[in-house]
Amino acid sequence: MAYQAVIGLELHCELKSKSKVFSKAINGYSEIPNNHIRPLDLALPGTLPVLNFHSYKEALKLALVLKCEIPEYMVFDRKNYYYPDLPKGYQITQQTAPVGINGELVIDLDGKEIAVRIHDIHLEEDTASLDHISNVTLIDYNRSGVPLIEVVTYPCMHSADEAVAFLENLRNILKFTEISDADTKLGQMRCDVNVSLRYEGDYDLRTKVEIKNVNSFANVKEAINFEINRQTKLLDEGRGNEIIQETRRFDEETGTTISMREKVEAVDYRYFVEPNIPKIKIKEELLKELKSEIPMLPRQRKKLYIDEYDLSEYDANVLIKDKDLADFYQECVMLEIDPQLASNYVTTTILSYLNKDNLNIKDLYITPEMLKVILDKQVNNEISSKQARELIDQVINEKKDVEEILKNKDVSQISDESELLKIITEVLDSNESQINDYHNGRTNLFDFFVGGVMKITRGKANPTITKEILTKELEKRK
Amino acid sequence: MTINEAKNIDLEEIITKSNEYQKKYNLFVTIISDIKKNNLNGPLANVVYTTKDNFSTKDILTTASSNTLKNYIPIYDATVISKLNSLGAINIGKTAMDELGMGGTGLTAHTGPVINPFDETRIPGGSSSGSAVSVATNLVPFSLGSDTGDSIRKPAAYLGVVGYKPTYGLISRYGLIPLASSLDHVGVFTTNVYDVALVVDNIKGLDENDMTTFDSSKMDLLSNLKDKVNPKLFYIEELGDVPYFQEVIKKLESTGIKVEPVSIDINILNALKPTYDCISSAETTSNNSNLTGILFGGMGEGESTEEMMIDYRTKNLNSEVKRRFVIGSFVLQKENQEKYFLNACRVRRLIVENISDLFNTYDGLIMPASGGVVPKIKELDSEVNEALENNLLIGNFGGFPSITIPAANIDNLPVGINLTCQIKEDAKLLNIAYNLEEIINYKGVK
Repeated sequence: MAYQAVIGLELHCELKSKSKVFSKAINGYSEIPNNHIRPLDLALPGTLPVLNFHSYKEALKLALVLKCEIPEYMVFDRKNYYYPDLPKGYQITQQTAPVGINGELVIDLDGKEIAVRIHDIHLEEDTASLDHISNVTLIDYNRSGVPLIEVVTYPCMHSADEAVAFLENLRNILKFTEISDADTKLGQMRCDVNVSLRYEGDYDLRTKVEIKNVNSFANVKEAINFEINRQTKLLDEGRGNEIIQETRRFDEETGTTISMREKVEAVDYRYFVEPNIPKIKIKEELLKELKSEIPMLPRQRKKLYIDEYDLSEYDANVLIKDKDLADFYQECVMLEIDPQLASNYVTTTILSYLNKDNLNIKDLYITPEMLKVILDKQVNNEISSKQARELIDQVINEKKDVEEILKNKDVSQISDESELLKIITEVLDSNESQINDYHNGRTNLFDFFVGGVMKITRGKANPTITKEILTKELEKRK
Repeated sequence: MTINEAKNIDLEEIITKSNEYQKKYNLFVTIISDIKKNNLNGPLANVVYTTKDNFSTKDILTTASSNTLKNYIPIYDATVISKLNSLGAINIGKTAMDELGMGGTGLTAHTGPVINPFDETRIPGGSSSGSAVSVATNLVPFSLGSDTGDSIRKPAAYLGVVGYKPTYGLISRYGLIPLASSLDHVGVFTTNVYDVALVVDNIKGLDENDMTTFDSSKMDLLSNLKDKVNPKLFYIEELGDVPYFQEVIKKLESTGIKVEPVSIDINILNALKPTYDCISSAETTSNNSNLTGILFGGMGEGESTEEMMIDYRTKNLNSEVKRRFVIGSFVLQKENQEKYFLNACRVRRLIVENISDLFNTYDGLIMPASGGVVPKIKELDSEVNEALENNLLIGNFGGFPSITIPAANIDNLPVGINLTCQIKEDAKLLNIAYNLEEIINYKGVK
């Protein structure tokens, strides 16, 4: 009998903000421990949380993007437990009225549309980070109070690929909306994965295993696949009772999951409403304003690029991988560069610079306006595509404007027919035998003659006119 | 001693006097002797005051009278402290209190019991015990206290001084070591109602560090204090059978003030104490979860952080505090929360709605601040009228402004009356209280 995997994800994602979610300390990466802290982040007696309204809005924005139901009031709750990384002894989170419930994210997988259902998203604070060194533990409170968004899906996914596609889509959305930098390398996105198996066609869920704190998408994939295999084997061998509700961790070195602890009974966090943050009415106008701030999202852009701009799916995917690149491209199209032409250059010449040094498009000197100047010249046959590429290279490398480069260098095309005729005649005169061969059927020698012209003009000959004259001249020498 | 009278106090004298009183009454955790006069002007400049030891004072030991914080020196000032500092008021000491504000006896401070200056066989009342004593003994003209159940207004009554807590959110709680956040209020002790208005006008206001504060820039307590009014008051019939209280009512009525009895369901009144116990214990067990000794205050012993935290809390908290933490954890547990904690929240709302409705008809609620004079230490366990002894909780449940003023002496021990008004009607409250004060004309303890 075949099994179906049932997968749910809980994703913690650090929000982008100037300050922490309930204190004025800086929210930012720091090499130095404990330098981004205020009294509240240490839970010094008498301190009070003050909500960072930017984070509050960003959380609402994500709830809107994920098509969640939004409550009437923003309410926070305390989750009480003792741990050294939690100085207050409670975490401020959202339990009674999360900022969004019952949402969905539609993703594309293998040509199919899949709606991943979101159980809820909530805004909360991060804990401090602990560093265990032999018999000493060091506490760094820089992370204490960093705004976190937790996205909880329903157990509705059925393969590692689906889970990873969901995560990639979500990451892209977080980046496009600038809600988070969503950098897994910096631990800005951390994932808990639930996996269970059931017989194909069954409806009821079976015992699930939770894999905590998986820190990269590649690891999510590996962990899920390992877990599916492990559970399949146990079921096949009639040892289904050995699948127990437990917390496991993913071991990167072996690519396996390892049991951490059995979940005998869920911990009672004794949630109650945070009394120091008055409930805040979520106003319709605010939601309207936030909606207007949501940029066109990757999936919509991809559809636009393919359906309206006739780009290949491959190129469309390349463009939407990065918001700044996609914005750059979008601007090119707005400047009325032909969408396909713009894509040809952005996804090749320009992208190669980004890939080579791991740069952002904003790091490059070239702007959509500059690209427009260059490509207009190409479209008007003033320069060849090769020259266009060279110009792009020069703009990027020399950090100079197009006009300035052109002033210093004669790159304009030779379109003058009499001049071209002179050169063509010269080429033909010195290649009598090739002309014979051409007339005897070796028509590919045409390119050989074009090449000769280009060699003499260093590529500046207008290719269209060159080809026209060359055809006529060869005809004459038949 | 009024604030105005205190303006010319010699600082050396006050330090000497503080030390002398400390020997007699054990009212301080810390006497601040590093003080000097300043060149500031204004009503509070160079006025000495004391503050309950649960206000965070930068570089000055702040213990909340708990062993868990016996070595804790804060790095920041509470909002009220910074305001008073910037006005040139001079903080001369941190006063002893019931540990972490839990209790009303003044006997549980880690520095030992605070002594009642009028009768040492009796409690001083609490939890703002040292603060109340410092004003009652005329050491200072005012003191900062905090009031979660009746911790300012009850000891004020017992020691014959004025005790006020404002509308919830009028005065910032930033820097107040919390007991129960939804019930905690910062307030003051003074010797007269005028001084309450004077101090509170200077320490109230919106605070960016406390989201529960509100803008009160248009509220001026002092300016309309002396307007003659003819208020219509009510008292709760079921709690009115107290002789000294009835005498006060007669006196008020003789001047034309209307005081009407209103009956309130005895079940609601009997629910005051258990409702308070439930909510305050729940909030306090969470609020005090930072007292682990991991980061400040000291460090427990043990093989793991968990053991260290357990050791620290086991050794350093008194049994009353532990009792409340256990109750608080119990009522918040998933299986109990609906039955206890959430029901308590509902009862609280019911009580508040009841009283709030009456404020549509009446200007204020007048109550006896206690059933009688301050109890003897030996008689603390004897049975009392629970509803009567906990009536001041109404003010905390609703966040209503509430003031106790001295009413009379019984066997040379003071008793007080309490006045409570609708939220944000602090100006009206003080105006009425000012007028009642004049009518009652209390002369103090001999």
